[in-house]
Amino acid sequence: MKHVIIGNGPAGVVAAEALRKADAAAEIVLIGAEPEPAYSRMAIPYLLEGNIDESGTWLRKTEGHFARLRIRELQARVVSMNTTQRKLLLADGQFETYDRLLIASGSHPVRPSIPGIDLPQVQTCWTLADARAIASLAKPGTRVLQLGAGFIGCIIMEALAARGVELTVVEMGDRMVPRMMTPKAGGMIKQWVESKGVRVLTGKGVQRIAPAGANPGLLDRLAQAVGVGAKSEASGLTVTLSDGEALGCDLVIVAAGVAPNVGFLENTGVQVAKGVLVDSRMQTTVAGIYAAGDVAEAPDLLTGAHLVAAIQPNAADQARVAALNMAGREAQLPGVLAINVLDTLGLVSTSFGQWWGETAQNGGAGTELVDSANHRYLSLQFKDDVLIGATSIGHTEHVGVLRGLIQTRTRLGSWKDALLKDPNCYMAAYLASAQRAA
Amino acid sequence: MQKSLHIDANKCTGCLQCEMACSYENHGVFNISKSRIKVFNFEHAGRKVPYTCTQCSEAWCMTACPVDAIRIDAGTGAKAVHEDICVGCKVCTIACPFGTVNYIAETGKVQKCDLCGGEPACADACPTGAITYVDADWTGLDKMRAWAGKTDTQPRATA
Ligand SMILES: Cc1cc2nc3c(=O)[nH]c(=O)nc-3n(C[C@H](O)[C@H](O)[C@H](O)COP(=O)(O)OP(=O)(O)OC[C@H]3O[C@@H](n4cnc5c(N)ncnc54)[C@H](O)[C@@H]3O)c2cc1C
Ligand code: SF4
Repeated sequence: MKHVIIGNGPAGVVAAEALRKADAAAEIVLIGAEPEPAYSRMAIPYLLEGNIDESGTWLRKTEGHFARLRIRELQARVVSMNTTQRKLLLADGQFETYDRLLIASGSHPVRPSIPGIDLPQVQTCWTLADARAIASLAKPGTRVLQLGAGFIGCIIMEALAARGVELTVVEMGDRMVPRMMTPKAGGMIKQWVESKGVRVLTGKGVQRIAPAGANPGLLDRLAQAVGVGAKSEASGLTVTLSDGEALGCDLVIVAAGVAPNVGFLENTGVQVAKGVLVDSRMQTTVAGIYAAGDVAEAPDLLTGAHLVAAIQPNAADQARVAALNMAGREAQLPGVLAINVLDTLGLVSTSFGQWWGETAQNGGAGTELVDSANHRYLSLQFKDDVLIGATSIGHTEHVGVLRGLIQTRTRLGSWKDALLKDPNCYMAAYLASAQRAA
Repeated sequence: MQKSLHIDANKCTGCLQCEMACSYENHGVFNISKSRIKVFNFEHAGRKVPYTCTQCSEAWCMTACPVDAIRIDAGTGAKAVHEDICVGCKVCTIACPFGTVNYIAETGKVQKCDLCGGEPACADACPTGAITYVDADWTGLDKMRAWAGKTDTQPRATA
């Protein structure tokens, strides 16, 4: 049996290892398009902060790891495929055949269609190549404007701030991390970040990016006229916001969302909505072809709504289930549970599942505990006596049980009322109801 | 034979010797807030429950780690955090459905039980035998493991 995996990010690597564990004899090929050892994108912020060097981002650190597991690494870009002949066409003109295929090609950052978005000083922060470019451009004092304050945007923000840049963040939503945090929590994060010297503009978009001086906004012209304009370096940019404000900056970082890498699947019968559609075994609409990670689209565990969950733990979970099925074993993932943890300049927040809650008609109930003075926050959301979602700030002890309770749909019984009164007792509620420890 | 921690909450008196020993072993200070094992106090039920990682075979923390910082110790089978590699992303703390990986702000890294390399300080310190280090076969952690198995396979309707 020959297993081919497209993509050598976390999903591809976890799948390759799980395949080897499940089948000692199989042939395994791991294809990656980037000219790097298999690495982890989410380690890039720590590289930019200077906490690690590039080797710190590598997914596996042991020399010869893949060779030892008899996983053949192939650096190539898949451009199209023939599902009848079970053949991949690579960018260099070569072919690679497969018996079973895993699509783990991840996603790419989207550049919104804004004039000037393709200028050289406008960067995404997604690959090691991006990281190298940002490292050379973002120096202490560099004026950086970041477009987007979603989950990944906030993580990048932390790394940029650590580099000592002068940072402004522009987010279209009404708060920071709008798709992961309750309004209250998003507001607390914004306040915290602003107190650390980052300028945060929510409810605003970027309308135009132009080389400074090329098309100065009114404010710029006024400022220059009275001699207080930002120093107009040759490389500078002027960014115009939706409310007309014009900002001078040296570097724009785009973190405005991602889209799955599905181009090579055109006309293959592998159905793609936003991402590659998979069932609970991670199989696509074509038998023998599976998908996992940032490229896969699966139902949400709680709402059933289809989503592409571009998060690391999901990539690992889906990859493991896909690999077991490819190896002929039985494994299922009934749905995706969205879980996130974020550190914004020292403030740690988490969100789990259906954090926005459920309506009362549908058995929903929730509680929100706000301690602004100590920067702590906890929201728990229930449906009947089962926890379905949570948001926290400032909690770093035992937060994993929130996942445990949601994912296993543990019936909380009388502990639900205890939690509604004091959400902080979630660990006791977990031990008592999930572990039957008390 | 691999060994593991066996916890018998019925024998626990809540003296917190285990937490002290864990903190001293791993941080060189007697500060129970740094302990990797925690004793939970159920006042109404009059029960104390020591709780830490069971070194489960699914090891969600280890598979979720983006930089290979959590590895299986060849000697003990423990899933151990390598602090020199950990970048402090905290993904393992939300991936572990048992909540046994915690982030430590002072170090910027996470910590979890690593069985002290085969001589768990908590078990040594426990005066009542509530925590023992025994052959894995007898630990009675099956209940917890069985529950662990449900985490990614439980069918939707059986809440
Ligand atoms: C800066 C940053 C910070 C992040 N922080 C977090 C975080 O804190 N927590 C979290 O949960 N998630 C985080 N993420 C998201 C996380 O990194 C992804 O969810 C994860 O990398 C997904 O893994 P994957 O293997 O599915 O995709 P990827 O890691 O994107 O890997 C896909 C691989 O496929 C290759 N590929 C693509 N197309 C082709 C092709 N046609 N042929 C061959 N190879 C191809 C790509 O080059 C790539 O190597 C972060 C991401 C970024 C960019
Ligand atoms: S916090 Fe450290 S050990 Fe945990 S997942 Fe991140 S890098 Fe790995």
